[in-house]
Amino acid sequence: MKNETPHGPERRGVRHRLRQLRVTLWTLIVPPSVWAVHFLFCYLWVAVSCAKLGAFPRFTVAFVIGTLVAEAIILASGWIAWVQTRTPGDPAPHDQGTDIDRLRFLAVSTLLLAGLSFVAVIFTAVPALMLTDCR
Amino acid sequence: MSLHAQDDPALRAAQEERLRAVWKPPTGWFFRWTDTNNNQVGVWYTLTAFGFMLFAGVLAMIMRAQLAVPENDLVSPATFNQLFTLHGSMMMFLFAVPMFEAVSIILLPQLLGARDLPFPRLSAFGYWSFLIGGVFVTGSIFFNVAPDGGWFMYPPFTTRTDLSGLGADIWMLGLSFIEVSSVAAAVELIVGVLKCRPPGMRLNLMPLYAWYILVVAVMILFAFPPLIAGDVLFEMERLLGWPFFDQAKGGDPILWQHLFWIFGHPEVYIVFLPSIALFAMIVPTFARRHLLGYPWIVLAAVGTAFLSFGLWVHHMFTTGLPKISLAFFSAASEAVAIPTGIQIFAFIATLWAGRVVWSTPLLYVTGSLAIFVIGGLTGVMVAIAPFDWQAHDTYFIVAHLHYVLIGGTLIPLFGGLYYYWPLITGKKLSDQLGRTAFWFLFVGANLTFFPMHFSGLLGMPRRVFTYPAELGIGGLNMASTIGSWVFATGVAIVCVDLALSPRRRKSPRNPWAAGTLEWLAHPDDEDWGIRSVPLIESRYPIWDQTDFVKKVDEGRFFLPDAEEGRRETIVTSVLDARPVQVVRLGGPSIKPMLTAIALGSVFILTTYHLYWAALVGAVATLGMVLWWLWTGTAEIPEKDSKPIGHGIELPLYISGASASGWWAMFITMMADATAFSGLVFGYFFFWTRHEDFPPSGVGLDGPGAFWPMVALAVSLAGWLMTIAARETNRRGMVGAARALLALGAVASLAAIGAGLAGPWLSGLAPKLHVYPAIVWTLVIWTTAHAGVGAIMQLYTLARSLAGKMTPKYDADVRNITVYQHFMALTALVTYATIGLFPGAA
Repeated sequence: MKNETPHGPERRGVRHRLRQLRVTLWTLIVPPSVWAVHFLFCYLWVAVSCAKLGAFPRFTVAFVIGTLVAEAIILASGWIAWVQTRTPGDPAPHDQGTDIDRLRFLAVSTLLLAGLSFVAVIFTAVPALMLTDCR
Repeated sequence: MSLHAQDDPALRAAQEERLRAVWKPPTGWFFRWTDTNNNQVGVWYTLTAFGFMLFAGVLAMIMRAQLAVPENDLVSPATFNQLFTLHGSMMMFLFAVPMFEAVSIILLPQLLGARDLPFPRLSAFGYWSFLIGGVFVTGSIFFNVAPDGGWFMYPPFTTRTDLSGLGADIWMLGLSFIEVSSVAAAVELIVGVLKCRPPGMRLNLMPLYAWYILVVAVMILFAFPPLIAGDVLFEMERLLGWPFFDQAKGGDPILWQHLFWIFGHPEVYIVFLPSIALFAMIVPTFARRHLLGYPWIVLAAVGTAFLSFGLWVHHMFTTGLPKISLAFFSAASEAVAIPTGIQIFAFIATLWAGRVVWSTPLLYVTGSLAIFVIGGLTGVMVAIAPFDWQAHDTYFIVAHLHYVLIGGTLIPLFGGLYYYWPLITGKKLSDQLGRTAFWFLFVGANLTFFPMHFSGLLGMPRRVFTYPAELGIGGLNMASTIGSWVFATGVAIVCVDLALSPRRRKSPRNPWAAGTLEWLAHPDDEDWGIRSVPLIESRYPIWDQTDFVKKVDEGRFFLPDAEEGRRETIVTSVLDARPVQVVRLGGPSIKPMLTAIALGSVFILTTYHLYWAALVGAVATLGMVLWWLWTGTAEIPEKDSKPIGHGIELPLYISGASASGWWAMFITMMADATAFSGLVFGYFFFWTRHEDFPPSGVGLDGPGAFWPMVALAVSLAGWLMTIAARETNRRGMVGAARALLALGAVASLAAIGAGLAGPWLSGLAPKLHVYPAIVWTLVIWTTAHAGVGAIMQLYTLARSLAGKMTPKYDADVRNITVYQHFMALTALVTYATIGLFPGAA
């Protein structure tokens, strides 16, 4: 698990630093984990509120904030991954056993998971934002 | 060892002779069953699961015969209940999940160029547990005591002992035993994929089968434990009268449905993904090209794994939960169609882009995809709550689930059978019989299950032993019954084909001209797994790496010898597969089998309420496990390191986070923590169900804050002393480490007393109400873990005293520290919940 150092022409600045970030199986599952937390937050809060208080949670704006926070984390994770997928060096199609190809693979997978998680969070948010009662 | 040395044929022959001797299977009518090599255990496992599948299939045939005509009386209603319960339970617990584990135990080491999985004896233990539990559950039908509450065993009818008999106990305890073996297999497979890959096989070069297995094994880790927690509560109610699911005493049967389906829905993907993993191996071989969209497949597997844990309530749409709750699960159920679709498109695209060879296995793949897609589409329908309210508990659901499972699990496995049979036996199966069988299976499945959509919509309920002629579904049911015979004929043709196999000639090596590592296997199979562990540079090394097969065969890669006469394989790092260790593997042993028998006796004797005998079995199990560990693990090697070729020297002993044993402990404890969270969920679930929770009154008043806080403090002291023991031992202060381990064990034992003192002194009466029952359950769970922690501390102390653990060779103390981290977390959650929750103190 060592830090990835892109070879070839290096660009300075944020993008360069992002490509230096440690990429592991744990970073791969950040976007779907955010989906899971958001899902549990919405479901449990509504279920507990409906069961204990008999009413939909009063602060519905919290769902908006929660959803925006979740999407922001997913977008950030996806953006970092997108920058990493464009790490220069090594020829296409990037399916070799090099440092850069392994980084690109994990980055592409993370980016795709970010896309799926982004959509899935919207799916979960829709009932919380639109069906604001317990029936 | 240089490349040069391997040019000498005499050296190669000598190496082969040594490897052959080391990997020689045990012989003798009894001792041959003590083998632990994956190529033996995996085959036993597969054949046993196949046998259970045939048995469960016969049960289905009897049901279809009963349902062929209206108002039939071939079997009694009571027998019919046993038939459908056992059919579903066996197909899920004794066929689908074990079959994936069995196939993976055979294939995974081959795919990863390893000599065996990291814990071969654990695989053998899993197999014997599976066999014992499976025969116990299956055999019950011959004594007319088979479980009859449906494969999901809904309380309250199944927990009331006046309404349900021994069958419910057999289901619960027999299958719990098998769940233990499933979790054991998951540990083995996760560590195998993460730590036993060949050098150079980075994560992005891993065969997709291994990716799927990794994902599925992790899913097992989080899906099975909630069911185990549910089983614990269920049996506490049946055997002790603790009212978890009894509405009259504050319990709630819906809790069981939650715990069951948190297991049950991921379970569907647990049995589907390994089968689609076979597609990911078969499709590239016959498309003659790399699979398109490798990261997309990883996305699909990981994405499905996550989303599948957000679907469970769609099995509970008609239980009266608030509609808003249903909406969340309906949304997630629709979302899971996205990753499922993506992988199917990836396979279609690969076939489209390749030069397709229309082989028999590929026929099965394409046919099963068609069937699966129909099941997937009805799944999208029933994921919409209002439609589900109409279709729930009708034959529409029976049709849906069989389309999914036959298209997504069974027929892919038959395809995998035709594809991998030459790998196991060196012989191909008959293309002619295989294709004939396929068409019988394909037509039979559709003819059986398509009419059920209509009989369901016309009002035929599930699980009812007959139906009136006036319902007008006689024709549809007759069609289904005829279809089931067609399907069974297909299965019979496959069996005939298998039976003819021993008479056939060997096929050439790699008969499908595939590109992945497992096809290095030779038709005249050697037991050593792989001649030398290769350096991997491609996803399809046989296609892409020059002279690859020759180099492996001539031992030109790593570890071509067994100089010390030990079974060995290479451990590598998680992300980049850099070699870190040569690990010595357990050889043939009777211990796994004896341990499985002892543990099995605990479950089986408890079923018959023979508690003292069961206790003897439990003590015997503990003794076996300690004997197994003492003699077979964390062995101090005779030298520090050994060369594996190409100038690389690897250590023979490592401890801590890069060792496979540490990972196994960590993963096991993740499963344990998940089961515990199921119990904690129970506590908070009951809190939401009651106005006053915790309640008050005689036998109901909470344990107060004092004793739980004492228990927590003592538990944390035991945890800290273990950490201190690890650190002092590492620094060479052996005496201090031993003293700390002894004190830690005292603290753990004291934590048992302090933990039990809370509910005991406040007189909590668990039969009275669900609150005392759940508090007692949490405390018993936690104190039992403290007891296990004490045994571990004393075991480590004994290892130190016996010179089997030293400052340098400290795997034991490092591994039990991982246990203690989880123990501290468990104690914190339990004692904070029962002692500090509003109203409890």
